[in-house]
Amino acid sequence: MLNYVWGFMMIAAVIVSIFTGNLADVGTAAINGAAEGVQLMITMTGLVCLWTGLMEIAEKSGMILGISFLLRPITRILFPKLPPKSEALDAIVMNMSANILGISNAATPFGLRAMQALDKRNNGRARASNDMCMFVVINTASIQLLPTTVILFRTNSGSAAPSEILLPIWVVSAVTFIVSVILTKLMEKRS
Amino acid sequence: MQFFSSAAIPFTIAFIIFLGLYRGVPVFDAFLSGAKNGLKTSITILPSIIGLVCAVSMLRASGATDLLCHGLSCITEPLGFPTEVLPLSLLRPISGGASTAVLNDILNAYGPDSFAGRVASVIAGASETTLYTLAVYFASVKAKQTRHTLLAALLGSLFCMIASVIAVRLFLS
Repeated sequence: MLNYVWGFMMIAAVIVSIFTGNLADVGTAAINGAAEGVQLMITMTGLVCLWTGLMEIAEKSGMILGISFLLRPITRILFPKLPPKSEALDAIVMNMSANILGISNAATPFGLRAMQALDKRNNGRARASNDMCMFVVINTASIQLLPTTVILFRTNSGSAAPSEILLPIWVVSAVTFIVSVILTKLMEKRS
Repeated sequence: MQFFSSAAIPFTIAFIIFLGLYRGVPVFDAFLSGAKNGLKTSITILPSIIGLVCAVSMLRASGATDLLCHGLSCITEPLGFPTEVLPLSLLRPISGGASTAVLNDILNAYGPDSFAGRVASVIAGASETTLYTLAVYFASVKAKQTRHTLLAALLGSLFCMIASVIAVRLFLS
C-alpha cells in the first residue's frame, strides 16, 4: 500500500512542479527533506528513548497490570461471551493498557496474541467472529493518555501552549471509542 | 483544566518513578534497558521517516499540497473543516510514518497555534493508523472475512476527524 502512496507522492510532486514552475524548489525540497527527516528523527529519538525507558519502569512495577485490572469491567461489556479468565481476554486487556500508556511496542505483540486466541475460539473459521471484529475496531479507536510526539512537534514549531491540545484529544478519543463500539455492535447483527 | 494539561507529563513521570521505587524496581537500570529498545526502534523507522518527510516536502514545494487543498476547499469549507488538514486525514489511516511527516509539515507551515495546527494536533493524537492496524491483525489469523470491521473502523476515524474540529472550537477558542 505504502509503495503506491509514496511512489504517487514523489511523482505527483515532480509533475505538478513542471506546471507550476517550481521545479527548482522541488529539487531543493528533496535534498532538504532528506536532511530534515534525519533532524526530525533525532529529536524524536530522544523522546522515544525517554518514554520507552519510563514505560519499562512502569511495566516492571506492575502499572500495566494495574490498568488492566481497571479495564476488566469495560471488557465485560465489549466481549460478553468471553470467560473472564481466558487467554484471549488476558491478552486483550494487556493490549488495551499498553495502548493507553502509548507503548505500541508492547501493544502489538499482546494484540497479535489476542487475535490468535480469538481465532482459536472461532475454530479457525474463515468468517471472523464478532469478538475479533470488535477487538480490531477498538484497536483502531484506541485511547492514548499522553500523545507525546504531538506535544514534541508543537514545542519544536514554537507553540505557546504545546500541551493545550490534551483535553480535546482525551474527549475526542473517548467519544470516538464509544461511537466505534456502538457502531460495531449495531453492524455485527447485519453482516 | 489548563493545570491538568501542563501537569499531565511531569506528574506521570513522577508517578511512574515513585511507583517503581516503591515496588523495589531498579529504576535507572530499567530505564536504560527500555531506552535501549527505544533507540533500536528509532533506527528501524529512520529510513521510512526520511523517505516520507522527503515526499511531503516535495509535495509542499511543488505547490501540489496547496492545489489539493484549494481544489477540495469547496467540499470541506461548508463543513467547517480546515482544508489544510486534509492531507493528514487522508494519510493518517494508512501510515504512522506518513502522518508524522505531514503533521510536522502542517505545524511548520501554518503554525501550531493556528486553527489548522490545533485540529491537526488533535487528529494526530486521537486517531489511529486504521487500515494498517486492520491489515496487521487480520494477517496473523485464519479468519479472512473481516465482515463489518473495515466499515466500522473507517466510520470511526471519520467521526474522529469531525469530532476533532468540534472539540477545538469548543475547548480552544
